[in-house]
Amino acid sequence: MDKTKVETTPFQVSLFTTCLTDSFFPDAAIATVRLLRHLGCEVDLPENQICCGQPQFNNGYHDQARKMARNFIDAFAESLCVVSPSASCTAMIRDYYESLFTDDPHYLPLAQELVSKSYEITEFITKILRIDLQTYKPQARGKVTYHYSCHNRGIDIPPQVTIDLINLIDGVEYIPLDKMDQCCGFGGTFAVKMPEISQALVADKAKCILATGADTVVVNDGGCMLNIAGYCHRHNIPVRFVHIAQLLAESLGLLKDLEGQPS
Amino acid sequence: MIPKHDFKKAVRAAINNPYLQQAMETCTVRRTDRVINSLAELKDLKQTRQTAQKIKQYTIDHLDEQLALLSDKLESLGVTVHWAKDARQAREIIIDIAHQHDCRHCVKTKSMTTEEIELTPALNEAGIETIETDLGEYILQLDNDRPSHIITPMIHKSRQEVGQLFQDKLHADYTEEPEELTAIARHHLREKFQQADLGIVGVNFAVAQTGSLVVVENEGNGRMVTARPGVLVGVMGMEKVVPSAKDLAVMLKLYIRSAVGLRLTSYTNIITGPRKSGEIDGPEHLHLVILDNNRSEILAGPYRNLLHCLRCGACLNACPVYRKISGHAYGTVYPGPIGAAITPLLESSNRLSEKLPEFCSLCGACLERCPVMIDLPGLLIQHKRDLIKKNRSSLFYKLVLSVWTWFYSSPARYRFSQKWARHLMRLIARNGWVTFLPPPGSHWTAVRDVPLPKKQLFRDLWKKTNGNP
Repeated sequence: MDKTKVETTPFQVSLFTTCLTDSFFPDAAIATVRLLRHLGCEVDLPENQICCGQPQFNNGYHDQARKMARNFIDAFAESLCVVSPSASCTAMIRDYYESLFTDDPHYLPLAQELVSKSYEITEFITKILRIDLQTYKPQARGKVTYHYSCHNRGIDIPPQVTIDLINLIDGVEYIPLDKMDQCCGFGGTFAVKMPEISQALVADKAKCILATGADTVVVNDGGCMLNIAGYCHRHNIPVRFVHIAQLLAESLGLLKDLEGQPS
Repeated sequence: MIPKHDFKKAVRAAINNPYLQQAMETCTVRRTDRVINSLAELKDLKQTRQTAQKIKQYTIDHLDEQLALLSDKLESLGVTVHWAKDARQAREIIIDIAHQHDCRHCVKTKSMTTEEIELTPALNEAGIETIETDLGEYILQLDNDRPSHIITPMIHKSRQEVGQLFQDKLHADYTEEPEELTAIARHHLREKFQQADLGIVGVNFAVAQTGSLVVVENEGNGRMVTARPGVLVGVMGMEKVVPSAKDLAVMLKLYIRSAVGLRLTSYTNIITGPRKSGEIDGPEHLHLVILDNNRSEILAGPYRNLLHCLRCGACLNACPVYRKISGHAYGTVYPGPIGAAITPLLESSNRLSEKLPEFCSLCGACLERCPVMIDLPGLLIQHKRDLIKKNRSSLFYKLVLSVWTWFYSSPARYRFSQKWARHLMRLIARNGWVTFLPPPGSHWTAVRDVPLPKKQLFRDLWKKTNGNP
């Protein structure tokens, strides 16, 4: 990435909400915005953003994905820094956008520029802002475990990044999840195209969650969240699912007005 | 692929088999932990992987040249080199060699390439008694079964089953103690080794510079096969060549750790030419069969990097799909991520293989574990693209994705679709959750609920609060 750019115009962040967060998990977006502002960033929301095109890309419909990617690139053309609460959507941009435009001299440099300024929230906080959250004295209670979403791999965010963030919060007990980095079985259309396998994987994930005895599960991706939380709801497994941004914002007292509202 | 393989039935059978699920857990999840730990001992792991990747890249980019070098070197050492265009030709060549030397009893090491060309049954049919000598493969052969993993072939079999099998087929007293079972097999195999006049080995690496054929194994059976019979035939896919002994060192280091989580296998057999005068063991006649079987086509196309594969099996152990369904459910010789990616190319005329790229949630665990960093998820997506180009993809999903793209290509249409999705879901929701969706969503709601989308999209909340959500 272009470091000088970020440093000379610090902390102007455009939020890439992602479609699942937009409709299913707005609380994660609220928490992300409040957290970033609390840490000194200015946050805007480019209104023409929709979806990065990952479902189309993963299913092999690259013409359709390209169409969506062009809209996406245009939507964030003016942004200095694009931050999303999802590694999966960020990985779509960082790992594949260039490959969609190798034959397009107009969009290729624009895609490359977007790649260089796109971040997932935890890496943005730890690698770009490099803020020591401990000085903000985050406080919470509870036993927390963490599911590592697969696409963090694609953009080189190791599990330890979120684990360290959880451990920063005073009063929280972190309990490791067995097979933390095994896919939950979501995989977008995979969940309905290969139902038996997907179901076996999410059942395995829920079993591991149950074994931790944790009351809160941190999941930093809308897809995994929909899958695992949906399974646990059906099977009466009483755990709360939150995005790390929610846990952090909560521990900094930024979500007090949302407490008690149905989530 | 298995003819008329029923994927759905095989997947269900695997998932509903408690023994298999437990065994897979032990053999894949814990194996992966061991692999990670053993690789972590290398202080320059990242660099070693990059070096290995470069070696493979160079070799595959200069494959014709490297194979010519290898072949010349082998001929100069007195090894006969055979080129097999496809599986049938490979079988014919090997049977010819056996007949030419009047061989009747063959012992062989474990080799996926010989599985690929279906060699063992062909030899037996040709009247050459052929025995698998790897313990796992020996058991599978006795039971007319197939390997379910490319390194640890009988994860799916319990020791009770093996005990029963040995009682039935070898007339041994029933036991389920691994040591006793091994002793029984060893006793029977020893006799076969003594009788054998033909050995067949799967070659893990062939060094072009020295003409050495490398066979790694843990049981000593490979040592027997390479030392005892007078005629030895090595079989390898043409991508198994490495330029130099120095390159071999890099490859072995990564291959063995990635395959079994060990620093070194118990036996690393390096065979350089047939037995020389004065030597007390080794084959008098040494042959190498180099197999193409569609590899030339892979070399020429977008799947070229698949030829970098060392067949270590690390991607199988890491793959969540493989962990749940085991090898047989794929219906292929090579299961797991590498199998899903390469089978449609090795068996390009078999339409069953078109289903294989869907056996992947695109989690990327295979890429993370692959010692030479083959982008298997990317290549599986490439397969889906090819099927779309050939009009062989699912029309239903084509329609779904086209509609999806249309709605998600304008903010107004997107907002409209979200609003109506919520309205429709509200009609059937209870306490904020939807418990049933029509097909194909029914696959989702078979075991999961869906939360009702929020009343307000985040983008609308943003507008309403003037950017202060």
